[in-house]
Order: sequence, then C-alpha cells, then structure tokens
Amino acid sequence: MNLKNKNVVDYLLQLGDDRLILGHRLSEWCGHAPILEEDIALANIAQDCLGQATFFLNAAAEEIGNGKTTDDLAYLRNPNQFKNLLIMELPKGDFAFTIFRQFLVDNYTFLLYQQLQNSKHNQIANIAQKSLKEVKYHLRHSSEWVLRLGDGTEISHEKSQNALNELWAYTNELFNENEIEKKLAEENIAIESFKLKNEWLDKVTQHLKTATLKILENKEENIFNGRSGKHTEHLDHLLSEMQIVVRAYPGAKW
Amino acid sequence: MTAEENKNDQWELWEVFLQGKTGEAHIHAGSLRAADKEMALQNARDVYSRREKFENIWVVKSKDIIASTQKDNDSFFGTVEDKIYRHPQFYKLPDGMKNEFKK
Amino acid sequence: MPENNIVLEKEFEKRLIQQEKIEPRDWMPEKYRNQLIRLISQHAHSEIIGMLPEGNWITRAPSLRRKIALLAKVQDEAGHGLYLYCAAETLGTTREEMFDQLHEGKAKYSSIFNYPTLTWADIGMIGWLVDGAAIINQTTMARCSYGPYSRSLLRICKEENFHKIQGMEIVGVLCSGTKEQREMAQESFNRWWWPTLMMFGPHDSNSPNSGELLKWKIKMKSNDELRQRFIDITVEQAKVFGLEIPDPNLNYNQKTGKWDTGEINWEEFYNVINGNGLCNKERLGARKNAHFGNSWVRDAATTYENKKNNLKAA
Repeated sequence: MNLKNKNVVDYLLQLGDDRLILGHRLSEWCGHAPILEEDIALANIAQDCLGQATFFLNAAAEEIGNGKTTDDLAYLRNPNQFKNLLIMELPKGDFAFTIFRQFLVDNYTFLLYQQLQNSKHNQIANIAQKSLKEVKYHLRHSSEWVLRLGDGTEISHEKSQNALNELWAYTNELFNENEIEKKLAEENIAIESFKLKNEWLDKVTQHLKTATLKILENKEENIFNGRSGKHTEHLDHLLSEMQIVVRAYPGAKW
Repeated sequence: MTAEENKNDQWELWEVFLQGKTGEAHIHAGSLRAADKEMALQNARDVYSRREKFENIWVVKSKDIIASTQKDNDSFFGTVEDKIYRHPQFYKLPDGMKNEFKK
Repeated sequence: MPENNIVLEKEFEKRLIQQEKIEPRDWMPEKYRNQLIRLISQHAHSEIIGMLPEGNWITRAPSLRRKIALLAKVQDEAGHGLYLYCAAETLGTTREEMFDQLHEGKAKYSSIFNYPTLTWADIGMIGWLVDGAAIINQTTMARCSYGPYSRSLLRICKEENFHKIQGMEIVGVLCSGTKEQREMAQESFNRWWWPTLMMFGPHDSNSPNSGELLKWKIKMKSNDELRQRFIDITVEQAKVFGLEIPDPNLNYNQKTGKWDTGEINWEEFYNVINGNGLCNKERLGARKNAHFGNSWVRDAATTYENKKNNLKAA
C-alpha cells in the first residue's frame, strides 16, 4: 500500500470506527429505554450510525483490496487498531449521559460531514452527503432532549450536569491535530477537525446555556488519542463482546 | 408515586396522520405518547415512517378529536342514501345531448 | 342484566354476524371489552418482553448486516407493543394501568420469552419459528371484530414478514455452513421446537374461554387448528434446512394429510407461565429497570413542558 493510500485507509477507519462504536453503544439501549417511543427513536439513530460505519469501512476495505471485507475490519481488528475517539467508547451510562454524548458528538459530526461533502475523495463526499441528512435529525433529537433534561426537574438537571462534566473532558480530543488529517487536507480529501472547534464550541455553549447548564473549563493539554489506537479499557470489553461469535468460529460465514 | 402522578407517567396520547405525496389527503396512521409537540412530531417520524417515504406529518392530541358515535349514525347518515337527487345519475339529458363540460 | 342491555347485546351480535367491525365508541358488552383488554394487553406485553431475548444478541451479532437487521427487528417489536397498547387504550384502559399489571406480575405474556437465548442460532430460530407462529396467529386475528386491534394487527403482520425471513436466512446460512454451525442450528432447533408449539396455548379441550371468544370474533381459529397449520408448514421447511424434528413420534397421517406429533409437555408449559421458567425474573426485572429506573426522564419531559406552558400563560 502506498502512503497516500494508507492515509486514506486510516482516515476512513477513523470515520467508520467513530460511527461503529457509537452505534454499538446506542444499540445497548434497545429494550431498556425510558419509554417505548424513545426505544424506537434511539434504535433508529443507532441504525443510522451503524449504516454509516458500514459505508466508511466498506470504502476502507476497497482501498485496502486483497479481498479484505467490511466485516473483517469490524470483527477482526484488535482494540489498538481501532481509531475511534474515546468519547464514543465510554459505557452508555444513564439516559442523560447517552443524550449529552449524542448532543456533543452530533454537533461535531454535523460540522464534519458538512465539510466532507466537498471532499475530493468521491466516496467520502457521497457518504458525508447522505449521512448529513441523518445527522441533522440526530442533532434535532438530542438538542431537544438536552433542553428537557437540563431544564426539567432538579434531578434531571443534576444528572445532566454530571453527565456533561464527565463528557466534557473528552471533547478536546475531537479537535486534536492529526498528521493524517493534515496530509489529506492538503489534497482536499479530509478536513482538519481542529478547524471546526470554534463553531462547535459556540453552538454547543449557547444551547447548553439555554438548558441552564454550566460548562467546565477544559485544560488545553490533552492526553487522549484514540486515533492512534490508545484506548480505555471499555473498548476492549466492547470488542470482546462484539467479536465473540466471529472469533470463536474462524472462517465461518454468517 | 400517587395514582394521580402515575396517570400521566407515559405522557399524552397523540394521533398521527401521514400524507404520502403532495396533493394527497393525510391518512390516520396510529397513535403514540409524547410530552410535547416537537416530541410528538419526532416520535411520529420515528414510529410511523420507518419503511416508507412520506411528504408530511400531522400530529394532534387525541383528546382534541371530536368524534361522532354509533348512536349518532341513524340521525346523521340514516337516510342519506335515499337522496338520489344529489347524484348526476338521477337526471336525464335530452336525447342526442352530449355531456362535454366534464372534459 | 337490564333489559336495555339485552336488546343492545342482540344488536351487537347481529353486527358481528354481518361482519361489521366494532369501533371504540360503539356499545359493547362489558365482558367483550374486558376480554379484549386482557387479550390485547397480553399481546402488547409479549411484544415488549419479546425484545429482551433477541436484544441480548444485538451486541454480538456476527456481521454488520446482521447487527443492523436485528436491531431493526427488535425495534419493530417495540413498535408492535406500542401499536397494541394504543389499541387497548381505546377500550378505556391506559398504558400506565397495563404497565402496572405487568410490573406487579398480574398480567401474562407469551411464555416463549422466558426461555434463554444461548447461541447465535437462537436468533435465527426465533425469527423462523417464534415469528412464524406469531404470524399464523396474527394473520387470522387480523380479521377479528374489534377495529383498532384488527388495524394494528394488519400493520404488525406487514412488518413481521421481514422478521421471519431474516430468521430463515440466518438458519439457512448456518445449515449450509461448517459442521459446527450445523450442530449449533440443530441444538438450537431442539430447544425451540416444543416451546414454539406451546405458544398456541392449551388444547381446545382445555381452553375454557374459547367458545365465547370465537362467538365474539376475538378469536378466529382454535388453538389446535392454528398449531396444526404451523406444524404442517414447519415440518416441510425443516426438511429443506436439513434439520431433524426433535420428536420421535412425529408421523405423517395419511388419513388427514397432516403431521401428528407427540404430546406437548404441558407441565413445563404451566410451570413457565406461572413464573418458573429460566428467565421469568430476569425478563420482568429488565422491564422494571427500564421503567422505574428511567421515570426521572419522563418526569423531566413533563416538567419541562409544563414550565414552557406556564411561561406562555404568564
């Protein structure tokens, strides 16, 4: 694989892994949501995420060639080969944690895909364009819930603030500078996510304020780097569960 | 939880009407629970439009629907079929006259 | 019974004979209403409890395609529960009341969901057998006399077809897979065959309410009739898969043209119905957790809406 190709593959894995791991976490709600209607809503969003993951990983598999399949990438990589952001892999927590994670990530993904629609890489542009429609809805869903939970009861406010505080520490990582993004941005294939930070921060801050919530000061230094395969223990557990059937029967088709 | 609190534990009941294409009437799809208007609309989208493309959604609180009952049927509709003079078939055109306005 | 009611009931039965549907605001005998509430709410509970054994495998589904499909399927079950609770609500009960009954252990749901899902093959078997049985039940029930129930069943049947086919696809792939996969399928089939036959309920001779339910068209065919139809269809399908029916007494009856089976273990059936299945406590526990553990979420939404309305009013 030449270097350009390898960078494109890595970038597609970043994009795909983010959606795969988030979709997996969301799917854990199925059957356990606060009300039937919300069970259905969360399952819709999870399906969208997993669908997007499939598109990105499929594109990565095509770039890699050699008969590598989308499912090989999802089911036969080790945790240190996954490139998702850490915020995606954190356990689902309570409903507030799930909603606030969605809200923070939806805002990020929205801005990201908006830019990626113009990628010179056809598949990335197409997937981004298609997925943006879904992400717009996700953002609408999570934004409404942020208001209801943040400005609802005392209990929901407290749970919201706690969730936000915990998640906030993981938001710097969304905007890390990253060599692959930088190189691919020069060719107009990727965009450098740190450039999205200001707009993201504005939007998120304003909405959280409306929801009567406070944002903690974030230290600027950031030691998290899921993009390079350094993950929490949570991802290991998530993947052992996700991959168990495939790993137990090597070579079998499902 | 008191019985009174429990009563609205699952939020309000709403009715969902979907329009398949522009120009078509909205058709009742079913009901759902939601705490507010925006949620009712989103839930309608999530619950009732998972397999088909629609043009438009209406949601309305079930309690705001006024319905007739079977008891009303006789006095409402009982003799309507007798009133054949409300249909064009009741009338005869002179011989040789063509009914062309409809075109 | 007041004389008035006797007249009304005669008229009501006349409507049924004329194939009319009964709608929520129409007069109906109290017993008809109560039987329907019981029936529809049991059905609704079965749908949402039924999410759990399959939901158990969403995180372990062995390909992305299977994962999304299973998620969509279990999501449908939530939808089916929802349609049915709404249908029952038109009879004057509320979702809150029905949930209370379920959580307090007073309401029943299909005993099949108290069995554990132990291997990936179980997901295929549930789609093929459990959804197959449900489809047989529901397509006949879709012609029932109560409008809202009939309408929700029509919607459910349309969606349920995908459930069965995705299950059969899973079983098909396993049965044409490796030796281990074929064994996984057979082992799973052995566990699900009998409980699926039990889904149709006790024998007709042992089903006390049947007569009245049939007369009122809130039951369209007898338990044994439906079960037999399921058996005849499924035995042939099992042959195509190359699966062996775990019943030494299975025998094609030349006279009737139907498959005779051995006797169902009714002791097991009543045991599971009465709460002693492998997963009864776990299933109900999971439902209660979702409900009570998240009541603060529902409160928050209500409170937020009230706040907004008060602001508008002020």
